[in-house]
This record gives sequence, C-alpha cells and structure tokens, in this order.
Amino acid sequence: MILKPQLQDLKNIGYYSGRIIVGISMTMLVPMVVGLLFAEINPALDFLIGAEIALFIGLILTKLCFTKKDLNWMQGMIVVSLSWLAAMLLAAIPLYLSGHWGSYLDACFETMSGFATTGLTLAQDLDHLSYAHNLWRHLIMFIGGQGIVVVAASFFMKGFSGAFKMYVGEARDERVLPNVIHTSRFIWLVSIVYLILSTLVLGTLGIANGMKPVNAFFHGACIFMAAFDTGGFTPQSQNILYYHSLAFEVITIVIMLLGAMNFNLHYRIWTGDRREIWKNIETRTLCITILLTFLIVVIGLNQVGSYPRALIMFRKGFYQLISGHTGTGYATIYARQFIDEWGNLALVGLIIAMALGGGTCSTAGGIKMLRLGIIAKTLKQDLKRIILPERAIVEQRLHHLKEIFLEDKQVRAALLITVSYLALYGIGTLVGVFYGYPFLNSLFESTSAAANVGLSCGITTPGMPVGLKLTYIVQMWAGRLEFMSVFTLIGFFMAVIKGK
Amino acid sequence: MRRAISLFIVSLSNLIFICGADCFAQQISSTELINNAKGYDGKSVVYVGEAVGDVMVRGDFAWVNVNDGENAIGVWVNKELAGEIRFTGSYQTKGDQLEITGVFQRNCIQHGGDMDIHAQGIRKISPGRVVGEELDTSKRNFVFILLVVLCLVFVFVRRRKSK
Repeated sequence: MILKPQLQDLKNIGYYSGRIIVGISMTMLVPMVVGLLFAEINPALDFLIGAEIALFIGLILTKLCFTKKDLNWMQGMIVVSLSWLAAMLLAAIPLYLSGHWGSYLDACFETMSGFATTGLTLAQDLDHLSYAHNLWRHLIMFIGGQGIVVVAASFFMKGFSGAFKMYVGEARDERVLPNVIHTSRFIWLVSIVYLILSTLVLGTLGIANGMKPVNAFFHGACIFMAAFDTGGFTPQSQNILYYHSLAFEVITIVIMLLGAMNFNLHYRIWTGDRREIWKNIETRTLCITILLTFLIVVIGLNQVGSYPRALIMFRKGFYQLISGHTGTGYATIYARQFIDEWGNLALVGLIIAMALGGGTCSTAGGIKMLRLGIIAKTLKQDLKRIILPERAIVEQRLHHLKEIFLEDKQVRAALLITVSYLALYGIGTLVGVFYGYPFLNSLFESTSAAANVGLSCGITTPGMPVGLKLTYIVQMWAGRLEFMSVFTLIGFFMAVIKGK
Repeated sequence: MRRAISLFIVSLSNLIFICGADCFAQQISSTELINNAKGYDGKSVVYVGEAVGDVMVRGDFAWVNVNDGENAIGVWVNKELAGEIRFTGSYQTKGDQLEITGVFQRNCIQHGGDMDIHAQGIRKISPGRVVGEELDTSKRNFVFILLVVLCLVFVFVRRRKSK
C-alpha cells in the first residue's frame, strides 16, 4: 500500500527548498555587481529582478512551511530534485530578460545545461552578450558542479543533519571528510584554489596571445569554471577555437582531467598521498578507457583521412576525446565537422567516451569509472569461477581509497545506475529519431545531454523542436542527479495521486 | 585603340584565370563554408562579417574572429591590415564590418588543423561604434515594484516571528 504524503512532509520539503531558493537569489548578486562594475546597467537590472523574484518565493516558502524538524531520506531526495528544477526556472529569468534567448524555455535549457555542467547552448549572438550574463552562465556551472544544495548547505545553512541526505541526492555518495558540511567546504577550497591559479595562468596566457588584459582574465576565470566543473560553456561562440592557441588547449586538457577526478583523490594529493592516484581503480580505468576510445577515434579518423597530418589528427582527435570523456564539451572544431569529417567509427569512439564519463564524486557525468571498474572486476571474477575448480573460493578485490572486497550489493548498485544511463541515452536517441534526425546524430546528442558532456553535432540549435528541448532538459537533470532523487520525486507524485 | 583592346584581352584573361584558379568571388556565408568545407578547401573566398572579441596579434600576423551572424570564423591576417580594425563586437560595441578576401582552409596545416581563412585583403565596409546603453525604464520600474513587495513580505515575516 502506498501512503499518501502527510502535511509535515510537504512542510519539510517546502521549508528546505525555500532556504535553497534564498541561497540561489543571493548568488545572483554576484553577476549584478559585475554588471555594475562594467557599467552594464540593464544586465544588472536583469539580475536584480531575478534575485528579487527568487528571494520572494524563498521567503514565502520558508515562512509558510516553517518547521524545526529534520529531513528524512525521502524528503531530502525530493528537496534536491525540486530545488534543481526551481534553480533552473529562477536562474533563467535574467538570461531571458537579456533578449539573447529566443524563449523562456531556451533560457531554461541554458540554465539546466549550466547547472548540470552539460554545456549545450541555445544562446543567440553570444559574441555580444554582456559580461554579467556571461559570468552567470559560467557561475551556474561552478555552482552546479559542486552541487546546488552543497553550495546552499556550505554558505547559507548553519549545520543541520539533513545535509547528508541532500548531499547524497546530488549524486555524491562519497564523503571526503566525516562531516558533510566540512566535505562541501573542502570541495570549495579545492575549487577556489584551482580557480585562482588557473585564472592567473590562463589570463597571463591570454595576454601573451594578444587579448586585452580585462578580457584575458575574465575569459580565464570563465574557462576555468567551465573546464574544472566539466561544463563546456565559453564566453565566445567559437568555443575554444576562438583562442587559436595550442598552449590554451593543453592547459584546458589538464583542467578538464582535474575536474574529472574524484575529490577524494584531490584530498589525497593535498595531504601528500600521491601513490593513491596510481593505485586507485578509477584512475586506472580512466587511463584504459582513454587509450581504448582514442584508438577507436584514431582508426576512424585515419579511415576517413580528414586530417592531412598525424600530428593534426592527434591534436584534434585527442582534444575532443578528452573533452568528451571528462564530460566537459569543449571543442576545437565546429559541430558540423563531427558529422562531415569524423566518419562513423570515430564518432562511435567519441560517443563511448562520452557515455563512460569521469570519476565518482567529481563534477563529471556519465556512467563513471568506479562503476565501470566494478563491472569489469565482476566479469573477471565470474570468468575465474568458470575456469577454476568448483571448490575454489574466488574473491575479487579492488582498490578505491582502501582495499575493498567486491560484494554483490556494490555490483547491483553499479549495474542499476549503468542500465539507467543506457536507458536514458536510448530514450533521447529515440526522441531524436522521432523528430527526423539520423540515428547516429541522435545518439551523439542524446549521450552528450544525458552524460552532461555538451559536445554537439549540430542538433542543439534554437530552432530544434520543443519536444526535443524538453527531452534534453530532463536528460541533463536526471543524468546529473544520477536518477535516485528523480525516481524518488516520481514516486512522491505517485503517492500523492494514488496513496491512501 | 590597340592599347584598349590589349587591356581588354588582359583583363578578360585575368578574369578567366581567377575564375579557373579556384576563386569564389561571390560572398560566401560561414554556414556555407562550414557545411561544404571540402568543396571550398584551399580556395579563394570572399567572406563578410563583423570583427568580434579581441584582435590577437601573434608576431607579424594577427587573429581576427569574424562573425557573419551565423557563425564566427578565425581570420589569419597581416598585422598591418589588422591595425585598421578600430572596433570589435562586444556587448557595448558594434564591431567593424569587414570584407575578407582570402584562402579558406578546412584543416589548416599551419594552425594545428583549425578551420580558418588566410586573408589576402581586408576591406572595411562599415566602421563599428560604441553602442550606447539606454536604461530600460520598464525593468527599472519592475525592480521597484518587486522591492516594495519584498518589503511587505519582510514586514509580514517579522510580525509572524514576533507573535
């Protein structure tokens, strides 16, 4: 029997969602101040309007649903999934007011793409977008990468025990430190230290490359936020091609790989335990999958013969592959070139890389390396069982921060999420084909959206069907939250309708 | 008369040579270039668009990204020619409108496989300008209305708290 949710459930969900919405309204003040600094009055007003509306909704919710009770698991999950939807709707207000998005839905697509660190964009005339709006696009990637709720819990909420439930709801099933708030703050510390260093490096390089100092450092900060959070937005319409710089490409590859690394590994590096990187199953799996998928891409590109020299093929192929594998979505070629110049085999290699993703407890999307490692180890264990005598005890170990004996529940969890991702990739492909796009193009774009990558083969444009925009929004949302909180929300609505 | 005839013949033969030597004298859009890159690869093209972002000087040359309203393409241009560009497009400026005559490269060997145009000539069709921003009064009024509403909500919240 399904139980109908009680009033207290709704109050808890409303209250904590309200607090997160208040947090979102506060973050809008950052681009507003930047707008004022650059004498962009109308953009500053856009953000003031957005902040006021969010604050109004947040305050009303916290007052009407005021409670001192803590969240249970179901409520925590629902708060996360609802907060992400609320964040998408509210963060889209200033973007829509700018006039650079064709509709409010397009602006919502952009903000979900930003929060989910995907990087697919529907912005029009991006090259004339204000500093304030551009900063907002990248800032929401930075916030979404760490986790909207993690941000709210770190800065706008003072120690409450429900934080862990919401932390898990945002697809962070590992804690770096025993306390969730401390973990969140560590994640922020890592991100901000890298932000400062990378902005300095990218900014200096930008000046050396001939950019104006203000632009160089602004671009440096934006590019870091989108690369480290494996997002993929850029301030200019040409993406990374705008910079025409090998050094820029090399640095962004390093940042993308850092972003795809588990925050636990960052912690180990920071605390001097560098051996963990080489022993960890995620790092090893990532190295193997990069090599294998790159091999497929190289064979594919070689077949087609688009690139005249091996070095050029390596540069173009490797950059798009790392960008796809880490779930970033930076590109040094035009979307159309994937279809016209890459050939089917190279595209398949890239799609596999996008589908696999980066590390768990990182900002990357996709199936993730730990799950892939667990599935590979299980396969190995089963093969051993077949080969060895029946009475032999076959145990399988893996190293992830410590030595772990593989158990059925870990395998089941890994397989469940993997199957969910594959289904999500498939559904998006089906919708794309339904709207008349070729199969491979649809698979490419669907995988890119669901694995929060952001590479596009040209389907994602302001003119694409509304149904496809909605499908990709749902894919980005479900893919980023890794299903559990989305499933809980669906279950909650079913309980509201069918419960007794 | 003979001079005029010979000049005509030379001009005609030049025209035939130019047409025969892979030149697309007609203006070509970025979408056309990107979608049919193989066909235009290594050929002379005329491309018109607005200079956007930064003019990035690299030695004796410079990168200028030129947007024709559909896409932006990188143009590799002599530093002196690039020096004529006064405005580049951004939020507060409309960039110079340029007509680029140059060789289109699908995967430029010199520039790591980038799709670009190596400019042979640049002509400024219309100069850019600073775009003055006018205060949107409807947005300003909306901000004030929301501010009043927020103040009322604060009062409501305070009163409930004190009760």
